[in-house]
Amino acid sequence: MRRACLAQVLELARRDSRVIFIGSDITRSGAVAAFASEMPDRFFMEGVSEGNIIGMAAGLALDGHIAYFNTIATFLTRRSYEQIAIDLCLHELKVRIIGSGGGTVYAPLGPTHLAIEDLALMRALPGMTVLAPADADEMCRLMPETLDWPGPIYIRLAKGGDPIVTQGIEGFTIGKSYELRPGKDGLFVTTGVTLQSALEASSQLERSGLSVGVLHMPTLKPFDRAGLLERAAGVGAIVSAEEHVPSGGLGSAVAESLAEGFGGQRAPAFLRASLPDRFHRRYQSQADLMATSGLDAAGLERQMKALLSAETVAIVDHNTVKERT
Amino acid sequence: MLKSTAKLDDRSISLRQDLVRLLASCRRGHVGSAASVMEILRVLYDEKLRYDSSNPAWPQRDRFLLSKGHGCYALYLFLAEKGFIPQDELLRVCTAEGILAGHPEHHIPGVEFSTGSLGHGLPVAVGLALSACLRQQSHHVYVLVGDGECNEGTVWEAALCANKHGLSNLTVLIDYNKMQCFSTTTEVLDLEPLTDKWRAFGFAVREVDGHDAGALSRVLAEVPFGVNQPSALICHTVKGRGFRSMENNPMWHHKNGLADADIEMLYKELETEA
Repeated sequence: MRRACLAQVLELARRDSRVIFIGSDITRSGAVAAFASEMPDRFFMEGVSEGNIIGMAAGLALDGHIAYFNTIATFLTRRSYEQIAIDLCLHELKVRIIGSGGGTVYAPLGPTHLAIEDLALMRALPGMTVLAPADADEMCRLMPETLDWPGPIYIRLAKGGDPIVTQGIEGFTIGKSYELRPGKDGLFVTTGVTLQSALEASSQLERSGLSVGVLHMPTLKPFDRAGLLERAAGVGAIVSAEEHVPSGGLGSAVAESLAEGFGGQRAPAFLRASLPDRFHRRYQSQADLMATSGLDAAGLERQMKALLSAETVAIVDHNTVKERT
Repeated sequence: MLKSTAKLDDRSISLRQDLVRLLASCRRGHVGSAASVMEILRVLYDEKLRYDSSNPAWPQRDRFLLSKGHGCYALYLFLAEKGFIPQDELLRVCTAEGILAGHPEHHIPGVEFSTGSLGHGLPVAVGLALSACLRQQSHHVYVLVGDGECNEGTVWEAALCANKHGLSNLTVLIDYNKMQCFSTTTEVLDLEPLTDKWRAFGFAVREVDGHDAGALSRVLAEVPFGVNQPSALICHTVKGRGFRSMENNPMWHHKNGLADADIEMLYKELETEA
């Protein structure tokens, strides 16, 4: 996905002289190397100084450039948060910040490298647009839409080599949700790579006689509340699935929409499937952390079944829910 | 170390009277910082910066960022005097009806960038200077930072970056009044040897009495100070300059609820400077 994203930046730069690429200290390969050799005047590798780079990107954008800045998601979102808020969001500048290793991609490297609350941080910022595509194909559809989108954008990258699961979708509209599978009994709502697990879980549930739809929300902000509520009406249970802590991300956005959007009517039963609200101490792999957090297909299937059969208590403790369900 | 010894001339006294008039209206703010940067801004706006106040977005304008945004009352005086904003806005600072806040906002005509949180101006100025290079534009980028602001890591990250790119179209002015909110810069977080630091970061460095308009004018006429390197001008200033009770007094870093007696006192102290 990172490869697809940076290849897109290269393509955008080839056809639009406003496009600038900035990295902190990232690997010289693929599109990064090609950009550096083809357009050295618009290529910047500025060292491990994320705060400065955000400000520098803001200065370039103030003058009409469109800056794409890529580095590791945690350093981008945690280290330079104030610069993102003030320099980019307050000034509504066209800077696209691309976070490598969203979620638990860098599991073996430990919690300093796990971007588990990046979506919440970015979603909280006024004027920020937050995108978390599911696969490289979706990334390719998405990137051209970022060029002239007003204001800053955070793009969360997944591991790379993730299975392509969005073949059925044509085009990409920022702010739009995509129904990949309709369902009568339940609904999975996903962002980023949890779409893969949800589609698989939906297929498994179908074999059990349960019709569970899948709504993919690659844009977390602005949030397609209308799209969600349309699909939520009539189903008995909704499980949101995100590679993220329980607070502030997709699950929160869905909960807010359900709480405010049902106009006093009883909303469907709802559960946030997420990473636990703690830093991880398992260093094996993304797949391992996803499975132990209940975010693999089996985990989502389990949680949807439990919710549909009303086995889950009303208030879910996200530190223990994985063990209980 | 150079110390500011310059006597304030009639224009500098007059500007400070305008500052007290502004204070008499809003009764709060970072007064000491505004007095500290007054002559630096005076020479920039009177002589150095290229701008068109009837067209603040004129592409060929020089860019000026007041990175130490809390010194903005001085900036507001010049924006009004030069025609960027109406004079009566100076009497509406921090009110629901006014456009001027306790820190400068980018929606104000003549303000390039919102500042207030420290350590942002120099990185943005680096981006602006790089952009001018990319577009082969000849304007200059000036950024005024505080000495306390130089505690921020991003100032030095940006300094490394400016040097890397040889940004001779960038000048950083340091308001070196040696005071910050709590106490002296020496006590809080010593910056010395400051000149050597900027030089070591690749800047061509000059020092000047930051309240001597003539000296500021002469040294700014020599910008850029080096070839293919950014410039730094260390302006030795006095926090609260012109007001005896305010000078070097950290209690005047920020003031709330100024009484009529305070305003009278400030006017009187200016008379003794004249």
